[in-house]
Amino acid sequence: MTRITILGAGVMGLAIASELAARGLSPRIIDPAGPPGPHGCSWWAGGMLAPWCEEESAEPTVVRLGSDAANWWESMGAHVHHGGTLVLALSRDHAELDRFARLTREHRGLDGDAIAGLEPELQGRFRRGLFFETESHLDPRQALTAMADGLAAQGIGIETGGTPSGLTIDARGLAARDALPDLRGVRGEMLAVRCPEVRLTRTIRLLHPRIPLYVVPRGDGIYMLGATMLESGAKTRVTARAAIEMLSSAYALHPAFAEAEILELGADARPAFPDNLPRLRRRGDTLFANGLYRHGYLLAPAVARMAADHVLTGQIPEIMDEHHP
Amino acid sequence: MPVFYGHQIDSALMLGTAQYPSPAVLAQAFRQSGAGIATVSLRREGGEGQAFHALIRDLGVAVLPNTAGCHSVREAVTTAQMAREFFDTPWIKLEVIGDHDTLQPDVVGLIEAARILTDDGFQVFPYCTEDLSVCARLLDAGCRVLMPWGAPIGSGRGLNNPYGLRSLRAHFPDVALVVDAGIGLPSHAAAAMEMGYDAVLLNTAVAKAGDPVAMARAMALAIQAGQLARSADPIEARDMAAPSTPLFGKAVLE
Repeated sequence: MTRITILGAGVMGLAIASELAARGLSPRIIDPAGPPGPHGCSWWAGGMLAPWCEEESAEPTVVRLGSDAANWWESMGAHVHHGGTLVLALSRDHAELDRFARLTREHRGLDGDAIAGLEPELQGRFRRGLFFETESHLDPRQALTAMADGLAAQGIGIETGGTPSGLTIDARGLAARDALPDLRGVRGEMLAVRCPEVRLTRTIRLLHPRIPLYVVPRGDGIYMLGATMLESGAKTRVTARAAIEMLSSAYALHPAFAEAEILELGADARPAFPDNLPRLRRRGDTLFANGLYRHGYLLAPAVARMAADHVLTGQIPEIMDEHHP
Repeated sequence: MPVFYGHQIDSALMLGTAQYPSPAVLAQAFRQSGAGIATVSLRREGGEGQAFHALIRDLGVAVLPNTAGCHSVREAVTTAQMAREFFDTPWIKLEVIGDHDTLQPDVVGLIEAARILTDDGFQVFPYCTEDLSVCARLLDAGCRVLMPWGAPIGSGRGLNNPYGLRSLRAHFPDVALVVDAGIGLPSHAAAAMEMGYDAVLLNTAVAKAGDPVAMARAMALAIQAGQLARSADPIEARDMAAPSTPLFGKAVLE
């Protein structure tokens, strides 16, 4: 049996481990920080499985690779919420909504009543919106834990030390910059708030020329608000500016957010290549899987499948830009 | 071609580096635009944007750091000093924002910051309004380039006050003038060049277009067209129709 060691227990490493395990392999996983937690950027993600919305700024590849993500996640024990995505803009920003509609597909326009039909809490607040009915979201922490538990049940634990043996799959995210010089960090900041007064059931994106916001319901009145996009690898804490801007956007979405209890402020840096698309790279006995950018949960399944295909069949996947076995 | 503080630049297009779908698209847009100067913001990324700033340097064009997002003289001056150290250039595009919503320049703060920075050896490119007396004060403060807005940043509304911009050009025939902000379409950029502006600075119109690379090319062509038109001495508009084909001798149709 092929001996495989995966470096990194973030969304990329665990997704590859889960995919390999599903195909009958038993990889080792090494991460000095241990099981998934606040040390990894996938801990702070929104968890949106929204390929169609992402097309506004992402390459068509992202849509194609992301289209089956929800099924994969369900097969790995993640709870996927199939409520669709509601995209809104305040009346003075309707031009943003028109632009978004032009650049994306698989949506339909909604008027105020239809918006209230989906989210009664927004009654009378928005006159126009777009509904991406087939999109979904998950809770990243539940998904990571489900993968780690599933692997543990198959006897695959997360080691915090040791020497890699056999084929090494490097899924260390931004930490792999030491080997991948074209990898850069794109900083993101998020908040988690508890606001039981607001009862939203699906992911909402509020467009704005400068401060776009998404709100992902986590259940029990908890919402994740995100996320900034800064060309920076800094993992320092959330800035006041980011918090002010995201909170004021949330307030514009619904004034009751003013009374929300702030549970968390999180910041980290997403690993990205210059075209913001993921890559597999094979150098000798090391396979690098990296560059998920802001599409960690959307693209990890497809990248994991391609990595597993490569490991098992030697196939060269479309996102492999270096192949020197 | 424009000359800024003694440096001739090979293109009248200056392009911003924010809001592109990816650095790869940004680089392609730059190649298609032939832009000679890249503006880049230091403030939000702080010192940890090295990877991105390295990508900007790799574009192979002059870098003009800006003080985007600064709302006070002190912030702007500090940011300019950081930018000088970071990019190793005396050039600074000076923005002092007066209103969070319209991103309108605070012209009073701008003049003060321009003076402080000029005294400190900077070569200042002030983002200003088209107001003649404000512009005169900026020149007094040591600026040798003026960058009046066409319209508010990111609004894509074009040249809101063509009369004011034309009048500014006429008042300061020897100062390098750049229309900065508000350009949404290639026709807006062409219009600025037809007025005799030395250059146009834009960002959102390209970065947020559905196809940024194609729009970059369109802007480059429009700017060339406008420049060429200016040098070709365009005719004056007039009320009286002036048929270009002689009527005399035409067949009578009645």
